[in-house]
Amino acid sequence: MIPAAFEYARASSVEEASNLLSKFGEDAKVLAGGHSLIPLMRLRLAQPSALVDINGLKDLDHIKEDGRKLRVGALTRHVTIQNSSTVKEKLPLLAEIAGEVGDNQVRNMGTMGGVIAHADAAGDYPTLALMLDADIVTNQRTIPANEFFKDLFTTALAPDEIVTEVVFPVATGAHKYVKFRRRLFDWAIVGVAAQKMNGGWRIGLTNVGPTPVRATAVEEALHKGAQPEEAAQHASDELDPAGDLRASPEYKKHLARVLTKRAINQAEGRQ
Amino acid sequence: MAPAERRLEGIRSMKHKVATTVNGRRHEHEVEPRLLLVHHLRDNLGLTGTHIGCDTSQCGACTILVDGKAVKSCTMFAVQAEGKSLTTIEGMAKDGELHPIQQAFWDEHGLQCGYCTPGFIMAAAYLLAQNPNPTEDEIRKGLEGNLCRCTGYVNIVKAVQTAAKTMSTAPARKTTVAAGGN
Amino acid sequence: MAVSQLVGAKIHRREDPRLITGHGHYIDDFTRQGAAYVAFVRSPHAHARIKSIDITDASKAPGVAGVYTARDFKGQLAGTHPAAPAFVAEKKYIPERFPIAEKEVCYQGEIVAAVLADTKGQAADGANLIQVDYEELPAVMDLEKALKDGGPKVHDGAADNVSWDLTFTGPDVTDAAFKEADVVVKQRILQNRLAPVPMEPRGVLAEYETYDKKLTIWMSSQSPHFIRLFVSGAMGLKESQVRVISPDVGGGFGSKISPYPEDYLVPALSRLAERPVKWIETRTESIQNATHGRGQYYDVEVAAKTDGTLLGLRVTQFLDVGAYCGTFSAFQACACLMAGGAYKWKGISARTIGILTNRVPTDPYRGAGRPEATHLVERMVDLVAGELKMDPVEIRRKNFIQPQDFPFTQNFGLVVDSGDYEKALDVAVKLAGYDDLRKKQADLRKQGKYLGIGLSTWIELCGFGPSAATAPATGGIALVESAQVRVTPTGSVIVYTGTHSHGQGHETTFSQLAADQLGVPYESIELRHGDTSEGTAFGYGTYGSRSLAVGGVAISKAVGKVIDKGKKLAAHMLEAAEEDVVYEHGSFHVKGSPDKAKAFGEVAFASYGMSLPEGMEQGLEAVAYFDPPNLVWPFGTHIAVVEVDAETGSAKLEKYIAVDDCGNIINPMIVDGQIHGGIAQAIGQALYEEVVYDEDTGQLKTGTMIDYMVPSAGEIPPMSLDHTVTPSPTNDLGVKGIGEAGTIAASAAVINAICDALSPLGIKHVDMPATPDRLWHMMKGTSK
Repeated sequence: MIPAAFEYARASSVEEASNLLSKFGEDAKVLAGGHSLIPLMRLRLAQPSALVDINGLKDLDHIKEDGRKLRVGALTRHVTIQNSSTVKEKLPLLAEIAGEVGDNQVRNMGTMGGVIAHADAAGDYPTLALMLDADIVTNQRTIPANEFFKDLFTTALAPDEIVTEVVFPVATGAHKYVKFRRRLFDWAIVGVAAQKMNGGWRIGLTNVGPTPVRATAVEEALHKGAQPEEAAQHASDELDPAGDLRASPEYKKHLARVLTKRAINQAEGRQ
Repeated sequence: MAPAERRLEGIRSMKHKVATTVNGRRHEHEVEPRLLLVHHLRDNLGLTGTHIGCDTSQCGACTILVDGKAVKSCTMFAVQAEGKSLTTIEGMAKDGELHPIQQAFWDEHGLQCGYCTPGFIMAAAYLLAQNPNPTEDEIRKGLEGNLCRCTGYVNIVKAVQTAAKTMSTAPARKTTVAAGGN
Repeated sequence: MAVSQLVGAKIHRREDPRLITGHGHYIDDFTRQGAAYVAFVRSPHAHARIKSIDITDASKAPGVAGVYTARDFKGQLAGTHPAAPAFVAEKKYIPERFPIAEKEVCYQGEIVAAVLADTKGQAADGANLIQVDYEELPAVMDLEKALKDGGPKVHDGAADNVSWDLTFTGPDVTDAAFKEADVVVKQRILQNRLAPVPMEPRGVLAEYETYDKKLTIWMSSQSPHFIRLFVSGAMGLKESQVRVISPDVGGGFGSKISPYPEDYLVPALSRLAERPVKWIETRTESIQNATHGRGQYYDVEVAAKTDGTLLGLRVTQFLDVGAYCGTFSAFQACACLMAGGAYKWKGISARTIGILTNRVPTDPYRGAGRPEATHLVERMVDLVAGELKMDPVEIRRKNFIQPQDFPFTQNFGLVVDSGDYEKALDVAVKLAGYDDLRKKQADLRKQGKYLGIGLSTWIELCGFGPSAATAPATGGIALVESAQVRVTPTGSVIVYTGTHSHGQGHETTFSQLAADQLGVPYESIELRHGDTSEGTAFGYGTYGSRSLAVGGVAISKAVGKVIDKGKKLAAHMLEAAEEDVVYEHGSFHVKGSPDKAKAFGEVAFASYGMSLPEGMEQGLEAVAYFDPPNLVWPFGTHIAVVEVDAETGSAKLEKYIAVDDCGNIINPMIVDGQIHGGIAQAIGQALYEEVVYDEDTGQLKTGTMIDYMVPSAGEIPPMSLDHTVTPSPTNDLGVKGIGEAGTIAASAAVINAICDALSPLGIKHVDMPATPDRLWHMMKGTSK
């Protein structure tokens, strides 16, 4: 189907992009990879009045090591993250997750910033950002991940605010992302990320609520010496996932527990 | 329609210049922002080998190469292709000679109705540029962005395996597929 | 047949060079100078009364050339949607259906208005500006509730929601069998509603030439002649004024047989607007409006003896017709007639009930009734085996119709032409390594793992079909097939067939056939189809695995007529008696004197000359129709191996084995391709696909490929194929159909494997799709 007409402008700097967003008003949207936005526009479920194309902002397409931090530009494509030797070395879990987003074609276009700003409950990067206490850098400020994801498709971003970079901590310990889905290219029915860092575990859950979830109860149980199987039982504590076509709420909670156990075990090289 | 709306409509349908190189030929057009790249290729350039099979970026029938990378041309606006080099299915055979991937799809019966085929061939071209000797699992994963309803994928997988073999023994063809991650 | 060179050989498809290079011609690749685009406004409600339609804004929108509602088509189109008798000659209620709703909409997606504009985008913009005021009515969604008295009705004013209720054979037929039984097994079996999802959506381009009064329709269709018949009738035109061209068709699977509202509306719009009009379906429109398949449930009972002898079968089919009767909807009732499968029964009682709901109509989808029959009988046989602690292989062997029984008249009087069911089973069991698999299963069970092995010993009736059976079923037109063979003066051959490929490779298979029989180079054959202005007066289309078994034979007959005429002419040229002339390897020669010969090309050239035998007309061409004496009956054994994840309930196909018998094989490569694809579609049904509507509001929840789960390469396993060959006595080629076999066979094999895997948990039956969520609920003892 054909999207509704919109005004189009190519930004040559972040500042210009922000100004354009202000000028066009609230119904304007940023166009990055476009892989969430364009399908919605084709179905006319989204009819932005204007698109500000930031694909020309090459300085937002970067991966930089900065001491104990890994800075990933908002316009960095999934394929770049997936194949980056820096990411593989400094935060291999991020490379693993990037390789599990969509399919080859999607990964060639989709961006870090797009996924973060879209804040789909089934998005994979938000889980990692939240559980690792990443910072979301915008053209106006730096927002800690745990203050960024407000609700389903809702973030702390102001209308003229643009994500420019996501800053993750370096983490090179045992890690695994288990993404449970029906078809290879589907979004996660439930996803669980496990990362060992600073002597403890970080556990994050995808698509078990309107926003990503950090499974602190699991982390604490592990910290107190519980076995993965035992600790994973806490993965569904306080979860209240919505049911959908793919899974009932109780099944999602069950998956959260099973996949948490698997993520920890597989991170440590066990089956 | 109110006059203000009518004026907005005018702005939104204002055309933008888009210059592309498609299968080695330069083209310049004025297009509406909302024109999808796939419609640009089909309707403005007459390259109807690139097909449309869905609205939501799953089926991959519209896959082309944009600066050597496989992209779904239904999930990109034509204006975004400004300055880019595109390869469509029509650009794969050269001087009447089939590309080894095309030949392999023919030899292995990798198509039936043929509608998804151009997309699969383009996705396979990208896949083999990234990984010239993929395992069967890697091929299946590498083609996850394309759907076929006729073949059960058995002979598509076989075709990619055959193409990989031919391409590793034959002298390298000059293709515009990106190698390596980025 | 003549000495075979091409028949049976893996000949690469001649349609492929254009398709692999992007030079195919699908419907969206066509346009006409000055064409307008149409966007349809569709009902967002499953059931509602239309109070008013406001077209003011849309009419004034940029580029909009016209806005049309039901009233505008009243003088343009007459009649109602055709509903063939099919297997249910007497129907209780066939709702009237005009291609565009006027007062009431009965499914989500029903057309209420059409917007014509200069560009696709403008048409879509205009459609968005149309305001329809609806009064919502209760939607009938549940089949059981639909049958209750006093509940809501699908159509305002309908007496009840029953479209048909036919008892083929009453319970009395099985009373004796059930009295004799040691064991009776009952099961309700669901058939999930499926969307066909050909990769190419439908499309129609129509040009009505006002001054010539001629209509040309380009569209993606499996049956262009039928479309010409229906559309010309509705538009008040003679068939000769209408030409339907169906170019390369990007898949159909049954969904491009019957006429659709757009097939009438687009041509009518062209006549109204006096310009060509084009419409291409979006994927969402396709899932929402293309006829669905299956959508049924069955109540089944089987009576058996303790030694595994099957005695009696009772089947009631509850079929979701949808909001209107599909043209061949009642064809799906053949599931009742095929319910006995490959086995002998003392009695089968069967009843079909077609129930109207506020969903899109159902119609044939690959297999149509026969996958349902296989699924139910193969499930029931496994349930009986489970009850009796018998091996599924043994119970099948014990009950098969035996080779010496053919031709076998089954319980409903249908005559099964030929078969050797045990042979196919033996080959499959060996190929699968069945005994080793059972050992592996036992080992894995000890480790708490659930491996299952599932069989499907399927049979099929296809190749529609004999005139005596099919003419009453279509309302008069017998599903025979026609062919025309024309030989040009230089000896090249054009073959016209009334079937129409939508991916099956007819250009190749039929050329192989004709070239072989004529003994001429394959390249000299040109195969044409899909254009009602070419070839014979009527073609019957491609569906029901009929193209080779009926259409191929018609070609062979027409070629035979050409050879006969050639013999007469060659005899004259060779000054020999006609009965002394033989035709071999492309040459007519006198028996015993191979040197006294005229090549095919020489005879062809001579046929257009002046020295013809007395009374012979010029030219070398022939038309033939083939009316098969019976249907053909392919069969085989499929074996699926599945592991179900003990924790997540996820079912993974480890292995898939298929041994099929479709009689003689013309092109083994194409046959295997058909089987692969058919299996994949059935795996889709068994594990992934389901059209889901909101049970209260009738809103479609699976309207995109995100939610309607067509499997990708990652979900379909590698397959091991083999064949047995039991020629059909029904036709001279000895062939049977293969287009639907995989789909008919495979869902039962997959579900039987899952049930086998989970049998240690006491699970006996699993419905489709066997999603992880469903299986997990069952495994922990809570149904879902």
